[in-house]
Amino acid sequence: MILTPYFYAQAIKLALGQIWANRRRSILTSLGIIVGVASTTAVIAALTGLKASVLQEFESFGANRIFVFPSRPDNVPRNKVPWDKMRIKPWEVRELQAGCPSLRAITPVTEIGVTVLSADRELEGISVVGIWPDWHETENRRVIEGRQFSQIDEDRERQVCLLNEAAVDALRLPDDGVESHILIGGRRFLVVGLVETIQSRMFGMGADTGEVFIPFSMAVKLQPPEYFLRVAALARNAEVSEEAQIEIQRTMRRIRGIQPGDPDTFRVEAIDRYIEQFKTMATGITAVAAGIVGISLLVGGIGIMNIMLVSVSERTREIGLRKAVGATPAAILMQFLLEAVVLCLFGGLIGVLCGKLTAIGLTFIPGAPLKHADVPMWAVGVSFAFSAAVGVAFGFFPALKASRLDPIEALRHE
Amino acid sequence: MIRIKGLRKVYRVGEEQIHALRGLDLQIGSNEMVAVMGVSGSGKSTLMNIIGCLDRPSAGSYELDSKSVAKMTANQLALVRNEKVGFVFQSFELLARQTALENVELPLIYSLERGLTSAERRRRALEALDRVRLTDRVTHRPNQLSGGQRQRVAIARAILNRPAILMADEPTGNLDSVTSHEIMEIFRKLHQDGQTVLIVTHENDIAAYCQRVVRLKDGQILSDLSIAEDTAGRAVR
Repeated sequence: MILTPYFYAQAIKLALGQIWANRRRSILTSLGIIVGVASTTAVIAALTGLKASVLQEFESFGANRIFVFPSRPDNVPRNKVPWDKMRIKPWEVRELQAGCPSLRAITPVTEIGVTVLSADRELEGISVVGIWPDWHETENRRVIEGRQFSQIDEDRERQVCLLNEAAVDALRLPDDGVESHILIGGRRFLVVGLVETIQSRMFGMGADTGEVFIPFSMAVKLQPPEYFLRVAALARNAEVSEEAQIEIQRTMRRIRGIQPGDPDTFRVEAIDRYIEQFKTMATGITAVAAGIVGISLLVGGIGIMNIMLVSVSERTREIGLRKAVGATPAAILMQFLLEAVVLCLFGGLIGVLCGKLTAIGLTFIPGAPLKHADVPMWAVGVSFAFSAAVGVAFGFFPALKASRLDPIEALRHE
Repeated sequence: MIRIKGLRKVYRVGEEQIHALRGLDLQIGSNEMVAVMGVSGSGKSTLMNIIGCLDRPSAGSYELDSKSVAKMTANQLALVRNEKVGFVFQSFELLARQTALENVELPLIYSLERGLTSAERRRRALEALDRVRLTDRVTHRPNQLSGGQRQRVAIARAILNRPAILMADEPTGNLDSVTSHEIMEIFRKLHQDGQTVLIVTHENDIAAYCQRVVRLKDGQILSDLSIAEDTAGRAVR
């Protein structure tokens, strides 16, 4: 059946007229769709913002950073690979340093649980970390006052330390704290430098966390046997990051004497792996959000169907008249289908606007990593597409009912 | 114009069969103005529905404008209604939210005629309104119009596509007697301009505007007389 462009123009005009004439009813009816679309677009906006912030953070972190952790291989019984086999030893780190030409810097990192004392403060649970001088490069953290660690500090096991500003504050040290003495694990240490506060807010290492750094060789003395250490390394540049990871893996397998075919007893990870993981997680959350929306749109769709059935029964005489003046069943079907679709799109529009407003609101939350929250264009497109699909799916039955009305009966309807 | 032979219509109500029309023959020439009368249950409505292409006969033949319509599909019938039939109803059946002009333009929405400009549609609607002598108040909505004005809008809508037949079902049933006669004058004028008109009524003074009166009883034609003969016949009875 052929319908003219004029028919479509009039049908849309009529649909808009119906929505306007029943303003309150239309809004209540499309509430399900409004809420569904608004919540999804808001969630997508938040995720988009979070993703932008996290990726930015990763970038500033350095995409060419590599970590090595001890790791029990999957599907291997506990007693087969004891802790001592997995544990990374300082000599292994030195082997890595010598055997991996693609690395620019490498350092072991070990955390110690000790008490830190200043003249008038005693702190427990503060982070005390043993590091090599290369750490300044792998973490890209310089000193603001005093000096960095040197190889001599490491070689001579000097009792020197670096603090961040939060630690200086927590220990109530005078001025910037440099040249003060503090007790770490009962030993007297000289504060030689004030290290930059880490910029990241994302990984729980905020500016307000106190940090104390001591030479690695000194830290080993304060650790129990079989202590935990991880390795932080920096590839020469992002291009050789893959190569550096392979070098590390080969070197570790060689020095640990792992036979070909046997699994690794360690784990090499790069930042890009974390980026991938984060992206996977973000996709997962988006999928869950999409599922929630699916349900709310279903509920919204039932509301639309209900109101369209009411509309058909209210306008039975009108349908009869339209048929009498020559409307075909197809024309009536199309007209009511368009009305349902327009109603849903109207709900979708309000929903997208609400989502957009929520996204703008999110950017003003202090401290939240949502500065870049925004509803992407694809989400707007998908919202409208879904709304229209709901209109077609749930408007079809009422429209079919309208199209099948007998004009004689319809005109007699009271 | 209208050629009906052996027209039958059977309704099924449960187990029962109801014969609404029992082999009815009727011819109406072009430019006739005919009144159809009969008590309820006489088959009058069924006949009107079939002539208006709203319904199909169970048996018999029906030619409208030398086209056989008895066996057409629902879509074909819709097109015939759009182009060849104009309906006027007792309760006007105007769309409340549309202006008089928009109401008159309604059949054009379903017309298959392409490339009509909005100016052309407007011109046709205004011309139809002019023929029912309603030239002011065309942008008013039905609730701002009197009963007589509403019925004029409805007539304008019915004659918009210059139908082969204009059918009016009790067109004055909701109007006072003065307005009724105004409306009947309009039908008479349209008839004088060449329009074939078929009016269903049960009032003799409305039928008096027609030239011919067809009376139905039990699904068959009881009498088919000129208005003079019909009036005389009633006088005798």
